[in-house]
Amino acid sequence: MLTFKHVQIGQGDFRLAAHLTVRKGRRVAVIGPSGAGKSTLLGAVGGFVPLISGALSIDGQDVTDARPGARPVSMLFQDNNLFPHLTIAQNAGLGLRPALRLNDDETARLSHALERVGLAGLQNRRPGELSGGQQSRAALARILVQNRPVVLLDEPFAALGPALRREMLDLVRALATETGATLMMVTHAPEDVQRIADDVIFVEGGQAQAPEPAAALMDNPPPALRAYLG
Amino acid sequence: MLAAILVVAAVLLAFVGIGLRAEPGSGLGPADWAALRFTVVQALLSAFFSVILAVPLARALARRDMPGKRLLVTLLGAPFILPVIVAVLGLLAIFGRNGLVNQLFGVLGLPEVSIYGLHGVVLAHVFFNLPLATRLLLQGWQSIPGEHFRLVAQLDLPPAMVFQTLERPMLRQILPGAAALIFVICLTSFAVALTLGGGPRATTIELAIYQAFRFDFDLSRAAFLSILQLILAGAAAVLALRIIPDIPMGAGMDRRVKRFDARGGLQRAIDALCILLGGVFLLGPLLAVTLSGLAGLGQMPATVWQAAFTSLWVAALSVAVMLALALPLAGWIAIRDKGGAEAVGLIGLSASPLMLGVGWFILINPIADPVALSLPVTAVVNALMALPFALRIMVPGVRSALTGYGRLCVTLGLSSFQTWRWLILPRARAQIGFAAGLTGALSVGDLGVIALFSDPDRTTLPLQMYRLMSAYRTEAAAGAALLLLFMALAVFWICDRGGRWNADV
Repeated sequence: MLTFKHVQIGQGDFRLAAHLTVRKGRRVAVIGPSGAGKSTLLGAVGGFVPLISGALSIDGQDVTDARPGARPVSMLFQDNNLFPHLTIAQNAGLGLRPALRLNDDETARLSHALERVGLAGLQNRRPGELSGGQQSRAALARILVQNRPVVLLDEPFAALGPALRREMLDLVRALATETGATLMMVTHAPEDVQRIADDVIFVEGGQAQAPEPAAALMDNPPPALRAYLG
Repeated sequence: MLAAILVVAAVLLAFVGIGLRAEPGSGLGPADWAALRFTVVQALLSAFFSVILAVPLARALARRDMPGKRLLVTLLGAPFILPVIVAVLGLLAIFGRNGLVNQLFGVLGLPEVSIYGLHGVVLAHVFFNLPLATRLLLQGWQSIPGEHFRLVAQLDLPPAMVFQTLERPMLRQILPGAAALIFVICLTSFAVALTLGGGPRATTIELAIYQAFRFDFDLSRAAFLSILQLILAGAAAVLALRIIPDIPMGAGMDRRVKRFDARGGLQRAIDALCILLGGVFLLGPLLAVTLSGLAGLGQMPATVWQAAFTSLWVAALSVAVMLALALPLAGWIAIRDKGGAEAVGLIGLSASPLMLGVGWFILINPIADPVALSLPVTAVVNALMALPFALRIMVPGVRSALTGYGRLCVTLGLSSFQTWRWLILPRARAQIGFAAGLTGALSVGDLGVIALFSDPDRTTLPLQMYRLMSAYRTEAAAGAALLLLFMALAVFWICDRGGRWNADV
């Protein structure tokens, strides 16, 4: 469970207010116009954007002032999710152990994760030798071995074509179901919402609204969301 | 942080040592005034000629696209790693008493010209700094947008008008900074003054420090001269820092600007002449050293090989010290705004090697035998001298690694050691290797603080070579010069290649 208690997030002149709860294991799409603060909201959960006031807790544990690495959160950014000079196995392995000295159990978990995302046999390649889709899979393998209760996706598949993006979303959905992680995902596309999300957080006018069930909301959007969807 | 403190401490300790012994006494004597005047005059002349001669050369290189241009521009970076004493020997082979020029003059019945004295010092400084000025100006030419050249081509402006509308405003911006940089560099010149200057009329302050120390063993006078040097170089560096441009370290010329102007025969001939003269002036001495060195290789005494070996480990130690200081400093500066790098650069420009040497000698003398420590001290001073350049090279690489992937490291919870191991070292290793190569080459070829306190058993190759030259063993000196040149290039090449080896980033 992810709880924003009277949170004010600030970045430069920009302000975003959030007072809401995301239930455990839900897959939540964060939508809204460009510049409304979708990435800022995820950045606050990840620990990259400081809170001005309010409190943030994950599964009852207060993380308002925790370092990004100390939060029970894994995150994929729009780009630079893999170190180009390390192999796929090293990149994913960093999610298990930053010193990369893996024991047998961890090695097994790593190869299982790579197999699970469909990269078996490619573990010694570097990101530059893989296609865009395979790079996304490698990043997801790391999310899988990190096995954190909250997964944040800040449009990591934006550069992929439609078919590949759908494929990745299906994979994300399956992985989230398997691990039981709570998922927050920024997106622009209504079809992504329908494909993956249980709930939707609509961000607009300096306010992140409480999550509402995706199906009902998208079928019958309130005026502001209707204006955004067009 | 610790590294920054160490650097400052190393320099401050030298100041303390100097302060302990310096006695103003009767103030500046006539010899001191002469040294001060000569130091300033030779630096002014060197800066003036380097910059003025660089204008036509850079202009020619900027507007011509010819085979071998890339190589020539790369060669313009060579003086950074060329040992001063080797270049001096090369210049002697061309302009010296038995040099090509005087032989030619003899045939023509003209009087002999001497390379020793003010004009020789300036000549050597121009040899070293003309390439630097040319690279700085080339950078300026490349900063003129290609669209502007397209526009003047469309308007069909003659070369004189192109110069007025595009090139003169650029030169007005770049020239003062380039001249200031060369002026400051030449203020602390030692090896050139030692070999081509000397005497009451051609002694720099740095050389005067050496003479007071070495011949008179007058520590208080050496310390006093060091303070004079510090005030002069420090004041010049502070004044010049605002206008000194970034030193281009890479090969340059990444961006090609298509030029449509200057296609006439006269312009073409002028450019060709500039490039030819520049190439001959810069490559001639090197060629002369290589040729006479090949002949002299067999005549080198065994001490040369011993000194060569010493030089190699001094260089290795120097690179290690530089890395130990520069890596943490680069990480520290990279996450900060500008400022830190400038401060370190200021220290590097104003603290001269001999000044540091004198200061440390005074401090070490009561505790231990400074001569026994001469090689480690040389290595540390070399590392300090290379530090500003190393930081200028390394900081951008570290900074770009951190901006691109710092967030990823943070979200993975990597410690700072792990961030260095998995991110910064692999991604910045080309820059780190390049900086290590420069430091190693500078250290191998350095004739500075080692000349202050050395004995016959502890010499580096440049010093050994200087001794051979002083003893008029010209062939053996030429052989040593070739060996030294090869070593400097090899050290640079190995480090630089090592950084890029097998890297696909």
